[in-house]
Amino acid sequence: MSLQITALSVQRQRRCIVEDVSLATPLAAGSLTALVGPNGAGKSTLIHALAGLLPSSGQLLLDEVPLSALPLRQRSRQVALLPQSLPQSVGLSPYELLLGGLLANGVGRCEAETRIDAVLRRLGLLALAMQRLDTLSGGQRQMVALAQVLARQPRLLLLDEPTSALDLRWQLAVLGAVGEDVRQRGAIGVIALHDLNLALRVCDRVLVLAGGRLQADGAPDAVLDAALLRRVYGISARIEPCSQGRAQLIVDQLLSETHLEVLPS
Amino acid sequence: MSTTLALKMPLSLAQRYHRANLRRAAVLLLLGAALCLSLLWDIATGPSGLPLRDIVQGLLAPESLEVADRVILFDVRLPYTCMALVVGAALGLAGAQMQTVLNNPLASPFTLGLAAAATLGAAMAIVFVPVLPWLPVELLTPLCAFLMALLSTGLILLLLRWHGGGSHSLVLFGIALMFALEALVSLMHFLADSNALEQIVFWSMGSLGRASWPNVLLVAVTLLLCFGLAMRRAWALTLLRSGEAQAESLGVDVTRVRRACLVEVSLLTAVALCFVGTIGFVGLVGPHIARLLVGEQHRYFLPASTLCGALMLSLASIASKSLIPGLIVPIGIVTALVGVPAFMLLILGRRAAA
Repeated sequence: MSLQITALSVQRQRRCIVEDVSLATPLAAGSLTALVGPNGAGKSTLIHALAGLLPSSGQLLLDEVPLSALPLRQRSRQVALLPQSLPQSVGLSPYELLLGGLLANGVGRCEAETRIDAVLRRLGLLALAMQRLDTLSGGQRQMVALAQVLARQPRLLLLDEPTSALDLRWQLAVLGAVGEDVRQRGAIGVIALHDLNLALRVCDRVLVLAGGRLQADGAPDAVLDAALLRRVYGISARIEPCSQGRAQLIVDQLLSETHLEVLPS
Repeated sequence: MSTTLALKMPLSLAQRYHRANLRRAAVLLLLGAALCLSLLWDIATGPSGLPLRDIVQGLLAPESLEVADRVILFDVRLPYTCMALVVGAALGLAGAQMQTVLNNPLASPFTLGLAAAATLGAAMAIVFVPVLPWLPVELLTPLCAFLMALLSTGLILLLLRWHGGGSHSLVLFGIALMFALEALVSLMHFLADSNALEQIVFWSMGSLGRASWPNVLLVAVTLLLCFGLAMRRAWALTLLRSGEAQAESLGVDVTRVRRACLVEVSLLTAVALCFVGTIGFVGLVGPHIARLLVGEQHRYFLPASTLCGALMLSLASIASKSLIPGLIVPIGIVTALVGVPAFMLLILGRRAAA
């Protein structure tokens, strides 16, 4: 399985938010790709365009099949998006939400029950399964939304800042679970992230977006260097190996705006 | 031994969900039973003092009643009671869907200006009836109210199509339109003579007094049709409750669902309104009571809201006939008087239980 993106552009209210994004090599099956960049870089727009929820130009090929040719219902069975906004605090239980999501995507009742049980168990959410969403914290609701995406077992997972409401422990647990799921099933995962250390730790590839354009693409420790961070984020930072041998980002200081080569769109 | 072990085995999630659904189904049954009792009480209430025993006997064997009693029961009380049932149910169902698709707990079937539009239609019919003498006013008034209500929804849908936008734009359009329509209703008040003005005010108060079997049948058929359509969308509406972005990401075509719901709610409300006038509060509070009782899984929430609406209007109908002996107070006035205490009791009871 692979996802090829060629000359993808997205316009919103006559403004080009994502411009001519093309990948040199397709995103491969079983890989987790981080989509990083400063605020306003176009990450969420790109993710929504990949999910087919925003009109775009260019080509998106999932296993050589153009995604734009698929009707919304069929596309949502193959592509699952975790939006940045959390599920609302309403009188529904996580179990109902997951069940509704699966039934709406054509999964049979028995199969849905098995999948829900497995995914809630994997994410440690069994105790919350029958509680109402309006009694859960923001982080717990974000976990429920993630469980909904994983339960659908899509071929392409698109996660828009899935750890924004989570503490350090759950950030690692959640991204670990996503990585495991993607690798086990041979799916493709794309995650919009702000935390570059998380990207370095769990992702196989990183796409750096700024000003709506692709600035860099490759393995995280090869792409994220001091020059790029200065140019894109306007910070002075280093990537150094930690005691466990992994690369980690150390931020030294904030630089003045004159160091920014790509201004937010 | 094995029985003891089986008893100690924790229930699976599916079993717990099934149990929760059984509890909700039991609540629906209780609501249905309460509604039946309320309907019976409503039939038995009236100025002519027909005893309950005669009513039950008459319902089972109509020929056992004297002609006068038969006329009272079948031509006056039953259409009145059935109208309360179907109109209340229609407003409850419409309110539940409006609150979901507009993502707004203050939404009701009248949020987008339907009541103002229907009142304008009725007022136009009443004021201009001397101009159209070939149409009887009993037919013209509901017809104009119905057409005007549908016209206002058509206008909202056109604006939405032209401008785009989500539930917030929709509510803003509705409120703007409501103000414009209310201004036109005031203009009708200004143009009307004292007799017409009295009729317009009385119409806008809401009354079941215009109930007849053909009217009841028309509202009932529309209600059944719309209920079926709403239940087909129950899972989509449930997912929409978790958020527009969440529902869209799950493959729910939010724009289409919203548009379909608006058309259906307009039809339902317009048909109900045109025969009884403006009956507020039921469509706003009925869904809230249903939500407190069964949660927001729409396969249970929609029927519960329908039953709550019917029960509220049925109780209001009883109150409207009992408040002042020998006089039927317009039901639109009574709905809030009955609904507010019931709603407050539910909220307070829930807080005490928590």
